[in-house]
Amino acid sequence: MNCDEFAELVTAFLDDALDSSSRPLFLDHMAVCGGCAGYYGRFTATITALGELPAPGLSPQTRSRLLTAFRETSAENSE
Amino acid sequence: MSEGVVRLGEVTDFPPDPVIVAGLRSGDEAVFALLLDEWSRGMLRLARSYVSTAASAEEVVQDTWLAVIRAVGAFEGRSSLRTWVYRILVNTARRRGERESRTIPVSSVGGERPDGDRPERAEGGPEGAALAGEVRELIEQAVGTLPSRQRAVITLRDMEGYGSDEVCEILSISPANQRVLLHRARAAVRDHLAAYYDGKGGP
Repeated sequence: MNCDEFAELVTAFLDDALDSSSRPLFLDHMAVCGGCAGYYGRFTATITALGELPAPGLSPQTRSRLLTAFRETSAENSE
Repeated sequence: MSEGVVRLGEVTDFPPDPVIVAGLRSGDEAVFALLLDEWSRGMLRLARSYVSTAASAEEVVQDTWLAVIRAVGAFEGRSSLRTWVYRILVNTARRRGERESRTIPVSSVGGERPDGDRPERAEGGPEGAALAGEVRELIEQAVGTLPSRQRAVITLRDMEGYGSDEVCEILSISPANQRVLLHRARAAVRDHLAAYYDGKGGP
């Protein structure tokens, strides 16, 4: 396995989707290639950082508009 | 942070689908509010993969919830409720994104709604503090330039933490395709960070 092939397989490795012949080759390559071990570390750090991005919520106006719509629809349905 | 917000990490006993669905059908407003607060953040992020502004994404999420309110009586439980809601969202967002690309140049969409000026992100939450502002901005920049299919997958998998099976079902794609899109998206974000640090001579 060369470095380009290694880089292409990182997501498959992380999803445990490598077949039984590729998986040991992937691990062997990482063990002997400092560059790819570093790439792997930065790749997984990127994934961690993506999971820590803050997410904005609905505006209060939209939220209360939706709660009103829910109330009105429920009232209609129960008539 | 606004009051009444339930944060993902705090929810240990989110009710199972049958309880939620029964609550929605019987008009239990607390159940609807719980869903709104639990899922809308992720829905806004996913909608943003297909439409050009945060205001437009908010309208997509609003239209999705209105559709859910109307249609929950017909929900058959063939998928999880969340997958069902997210599939409605994706269809709504795609339609709107296609309409936008036909009718208005992306650069002119800024002020399409008088009240569209709400802040792009929530500041100061525990997650926000954990990630250095500079890195956060670089990542958001990189995600913002991804093609919509890649952006949708990385949003669901890495930003929202959904499993690959659910993501395939929400987006109607194969596991292999999902993995290719995810890998390209991750590599693009990583490359964007690397280019920045290389330029600075940093780590």
